[in-house]
This record gives sequence, C-alpha cells and structure tokens, in this order.
Amino acid sequence: MTETRPFIRLRGRSIMALVLSPDPPLPAWLASLDAQIERAPKFFDNRPVIVDCGSLPSTTPDVAGLMHAIVSRGIHIIGMEGAHASWPGLELWGRPLPGGGKPGKPIEIAEPAAPAAPPPRAAAPAQAAAPSPDQASLLIDHSIRSGQSVSFETGDITILGSVASGAEVVAGGSIHVYGALRGRAIAGLAGNSAARIYCSKLNAELVAIDGVYLTADDMPKERIGAPSCAWLDGDLMRITPID
Amino acid sequence: MAKVLVVTSGKGGVGKTTSTAALGAALAQAGENVVVVDFDVGLRNLDLVMGAERRVVYDMINVIQGDARLPQALIRDKRIDNLSLLPASQTRDKDALTDEGVAKIIEQLREKFDWIICDSPAGIEKGAMMAMRYADIAIVVTNPEVSSVRDSDRIIGMLDSKTLKAERDERMEKHLLLTRYDAGRAARGEMLKTEDVLEILSIPLLGIVPESVDVLNASNVGSPITLNNPGSGAAKAYFDAARRLRGEQFEVVVPTERVGIMGRLFGRRAVA
Repeated sequence: MTETRPFIRLRGRSIMALVLSPDPPLPAWLASLDAQIERAPKFFDNRPVIVDCGSLPSTTPDVAGLMHAIVSRGIHIIGMEGAHASWPGLELWGRPLPGGGKPGKPIEIAEPAAPAAPPPRAAAPAQAAAPSPDQASLLIDHSIRSGQSVSFETGDITILGSVASGAEVVAGGSIHVYGALRGRAIAGLAGNSAARIYCSKLNAELVAIDGVYLTADDMPKERIGAPSCAWLDGDLMRITPID
Repeated sequence: MAKVLVVTSGKGGVGKTTSTAALGAALAQAGENVVVVDFDVGLRNLDLVMGAERRVVYDMINVIQGDARLPQALIRDKRIDNLSLLPASQTRDKDALTDEGVAKIIEQLREKFDWIICDSPAGIEKGAMMAMRYADIAIVVTNPEVSSVRDSDRIIGMLDSKTLKAERDERMEKHLLLTRYDAGRAARGEMLKTEDVLEILSIPLLGIVPESVDVLNASNVGSPITLNNPGSGAAKAYFDAARRLRGEQFEVVVPTERVGIMGRLFGRRAVA
C-alpha cells in the first residue's frame, strides 16, 4: 500500500520592506522618529519594517529595549539585521536576516497635504525617485536602457518607449509599456494582486505580479512578440491578448 | 571648435580600436588635425594598430603623473602629418587614471587638435567611464548579434547618465557603427537584421562596416585600414562614416555579398 505524501505548495515571494537604521545617540534618534511620525502619522501604516542595527556600536546597552520602543510606536517590525552576537533579549525577532539584497534608494517621508492651511511644502522639483504620495502614477517618456532600474512603489508606471533586455521596472501598481517589453516587469508590490502588466510587444525575461512570477520559457508561445496583458487569476499568471 | 569623440561598445572585440584608427586616419586624410587616444591602460592595442609600438617612450599615465609633458608623449604618425597618437601605459592599470588628470589632458588636446578620438576599453569600469566622461560625441560600435547589442544598450544608458554632458543635462550626440557585418550570413538570416538592431538601440546609424580579412591584414602590418587598403569595402565604409561625422548626410549603403560569375553559376549545392 503506497502512502501518498501531502503535496506542499512552495512559492517565492518578494516584498518591499522599509529599513530603519537607528544611529547613536539613541534618545535623540527616538525623538527624531517621534517627530517624523507626528508629521506623517500614516507613513508606517501597513509597511513591513526591518531594523538595521549596523551603525550601533557593539557596546550599546539594551538594544531589546530599543526594539520594543520602536514597536510601541506602532511600527510593524518583521526582522532585524546588523545585530551583534552579544546583545541579549533579541530572540523575539528571530534569526537575523541574511545579508545582501539590493540596497534601495533612500525614501523621502513626504508629508500628506494637511486640511488646515499651513504653508505648502517648499516646491521641490518633482523627481522620479521621490514623488509625492498624491501622485498615483509615474510617467516615463523615454525607453529604459539595459541595466537601468525604475521603481515606483506607490502606484502605476507608464513607459512611453521600450524596456530593454537587462532592465527592470518595479511598481506597486500596474505597469504599462507602450513599446516592447524585453526586460523584467514586477508589478503589484506590497500585496496588490489586481495589478496588471501591459505591453505592445511581449519579449519579457520575467513578469511578476504580487510575488507570482513567470519566466520567458514558461510564457505562452503565441503571445511572444504580440501585444499582451499579464494578470493574476488566483495563483495563476495569465497572459492574454490586448483587444 | 575641437570635438572629442569616444569610440565605445561595452562588449569586447567588436572593432573599437580598428574603428578608432580607421576613422582617425580618414579624418586626417581629409585635412583635419586628429589625435587618437588609447584609454585601455594595461592592455593597449591602439599603438599596434597604428604601427607606433616601437616608438612609445612616454604614455598617458606618465603625463597624468607629471613624469612627462603632453608633447613628449604624443607620437606623430609617419605617414600622415596631421595624425597623432597618445598611447596608454602597458605596465600600469586603470587605477592610475584620475579624473583631474584626464580632464587636464583633454583640455590641452582641445587646444592643439580638431578631433580627439578616445578609444575606450571594453567593459563598464573606470577605463571605459574615463574615456566617455569628457566626450561630445559617442560612436557605439556594435556587431549585429545579441550579446553585443545588449552590451551596447547598457553603454548607451551610461552615456546618458555618467558623462559630464549628462550631468549638465545636455544631450550627447550618439551614433551607431555596425561592424563585422557579414552579408552572406545576413542573407541567410543568420545575423540580426540592421532594422532590429536600430529598433533596440534607437540611435542614428553612422555606417555599416563589412567583415573583412583586409582589416586583420592591416592591423598585422600596423596600419589603419583606411591607409593600408583604401579601396576595400571596410575602408570605404569608414571613409563614408568620416564624411558623415563632418556633417555630410547621405544614405548608408548596406554591404552586399560580392558574387562572382562562378558563384552565380554554382550558387548552391544540390541535395543529393
């Protein structure tokens, strides 16, 4: 009699986490953190945070207390890195995260528009790296060259051009490529499984929506080189023609 | 007004040094004052292709470090008066290049020459970055095959972000030079089509240089192809490219396979 083993589903998932790096002296850092939270109260809502203790000297006392202090401010810590082996009381945060991973661009904590009439934020030139949270989509009016990486976690990205092989587009929302998609498109970051990826010519190396990914080999042959839309149907990635 | 050109590609072995020498010689023969500069520190080849390898006394690193003045390092070509070479060091490596040093040399060269052609090394490291940093015009040398095209795309991205022109928000004039084009393989569909390369790279075409044993013969005798064998297909393509660089506008001729009478009579072997 054969015993059937239960089938275990395993899949890869990538998320965008925020990295907080406390710097000594700690009381001053905690005060700055409080000031930041006061200016932008919703910034840390629903954001997974990793605490990087790499800048703290190994003689820092009570790092566990620091971690509790951060959690008590409503910040959702999913892990820590840069911890020194001698620090006690850090079992709650499990094993330190593996090192490596691509360091992301520094993120500006933008203040939301306040209802009362305080002076508006000094007009900073709009940069692709740190748009205001009111902006729902990023528009890029040129092609993305090999090796370049475009990232916009809080909305859609539209590209009036092509995405070259070896380039990467990462969006919190959907991705719209008016030219050919030859590189990687990663959409629906931070749990948006309704995100879609559109292109007028599908030659992508990889597409991913909310952690579910498909490489070029597994894409339906009839869609290669044709206008296509990639979307998630449950756990399945579907690639269909654009009508 | 002097023009600084960088001949770059990303991928190695596609024809940067050959093209630097050929274009330099073509421009000099048209009457311009030209200097070709080798940025491949440690793996220098431009001096070989120019036939100057037995006359190198001082090199660019010597000038940067103050051991020699620029006129002492410049080597005048024996065949054309207005063509000179600034060789690279063979014993040092790219770490010896400094931003201020290169900037000073380019400034001094701008005063003496009409065209300064910088032969970039392969790759995206310091040597390649230094070669492109002060350029006004870029010539991206590409073979019509996939790895070369992808590497050229990367280099174009860097031309638009890591150069002085990019930092000043000015657009750098970029040209595509398709080299080692094999008409026979293109006809059989074994090579990337020119239109496909242009669609991926999206920069204007400067010329198409056919694959040719004449090029190898020329570098063996230490002479740029445009000097050694000006009637060859490759040399003609380089002369045309030089004319376009000087502002003339005319159609790029796609090299065709020259089929002789025997080729036409006995074109393909029948399947037995």
